[in-house]
Amino acid sequence: MSLQATTSQTVGPFFLIGLEWLFTDNLAGPGVSGERVEIAGRVLDAHGQGVPDAMLELWQANAQGKYAHPEDTQAKSVEPGFLGYGRVPTAEDGTFRFTTIKPGRVPGPHGKLQAPHIVVSVFMRGLLRRLITRIYFPDDATNCEDFALNLVESNRRGTLMARKSTKRDGLLEWNVVLQGPEETVFFDC
Amino acid sequence: MPDLPGYRRPYPGTQPNHLHPPYVSSIQRAPSKPPVYLPHTLSEVTGPLFDSSIIDPKACDLTRQHHGEPLGERIILSGRVLDENGRPVSHTLIEIWQANAAGRYQHKVDQHDAPLDPNFTGCGHTLTDANGHYRFVTIRPGEYPWKNHYNAWRPAHIHFSLFGPAFATRLVTQMYFPGDPLLPFDPIFNCTADEKARNRLVSVFDWETTLPERALGYKFDIILSGRLATPWEK
Repeated sequence: MSLQATTSQTVGPFFLIGLEWLFTDNLAGPGVSGERVEIAGRVLDAHGQGVPDAMLELWQANAQGKYAHPEDTQAKSVEPGFLGYGRVPTAEDGTFRFTTIKPGRVPGPHGKLQAPHIVVSVFMRGLLRRLITRIYFPDDATNCEDFALNLVESNRRGTLMARKSTKRDGLLEWNVVLQGPEETVFFDC
Repeated sequence: MPDLPGYRRPYPGTQPNHLHPPYVSSIQRAPSKPPVYLPHTLSEVTGPLFDSSIIDPKACDLTRQHHGEPLGERIILSGRVLDENGRPVSHTLIEIWQANAAGRYQHKVDQHDAPLDPNFTGCGHTLTDANGHYRFVTIRPGEYPWKNHYNAWRPAHIHFSLFGPAFATRLVTQMYFPGDPLLPFDPIFNCTADEKARNRLVSVFDWETTLPERALGYKFDIILSGRLATPWEK
């Protein structure tokens, strides 16, 4: 009999006090290689209202598809100044944004490469444990063969896909929808 | 590279469901569709690792962040971070935040009619040591009312945030105090079906870390998901 993981509890409405010091909305500093992207969106509740007190955490590989972590033993190099971690809050209207570089492909099951993606944790008052989802990139030819996307019903896959914004080049839009017909796909993981 | 072992999934009943109607905010925010089971990949068995360069050494003492000492009962809060296999989780980031002794958070959204304490912000962070030990000095937070239901009061608690070695081990939780009369009535504390799992959120009074003439000690050990032995184990 092993130990059991401690029970999760909500982050509550006051997490800013404890978690703001590590807010990071620019994951890739100057000189980090890769295609620069800005991702913006909203967190929306059951009524389509913006959630003003949510926090997203992001984790991604660098442009070569290498994680800054000892478990990633691929013969690729990490880049100074790129951890691949971000933490952003939502504003009063539920909006968030961050800038980063498009990650490279990383291995999935049986060594088959996954499509470029960012893994995301969503925390907020009302959520007793985090929600886990992924952001994929529009028009990436490898999306159709990605194992995680293929675990999802085809009519819901779009919720994991950032969309090119018409507002300006390099801006992608991606929302977190907590409930309803457009509900984002969340993973048990 | 070969497939890596994933992390263990929760034992039934030991983690809350997203929807827990007695906690009213969960009704509008819990997803309505079941989550999609995702085997752990390199993306989930890696995660941000923070080193001491980002740590403010003073951040583990919440009573010394201002010119004066905060009001309230000083406490020593310590424990170990282990994984489910009993191994210490070393050099991992712990962040905490809490209300002051009067039950008021230093936060613009908190409108509870209780005094702010100019000498208490209520946040701290530290890294565990090589054996998974951590230690904070703080004050015992006050209970406070909230609007979940009529005459609703939160038991005294301290929020904890931990990373562990991987994205899969991320944990945000709350620590409570032994003997708090509000615990049986709190929908957040009671969100987990398994009573033993729930009660492990309650810290233990500890003579060993109690400082004579200075502060009571409370122990709170935290367990993060453990690594599976092989990539194929479920």
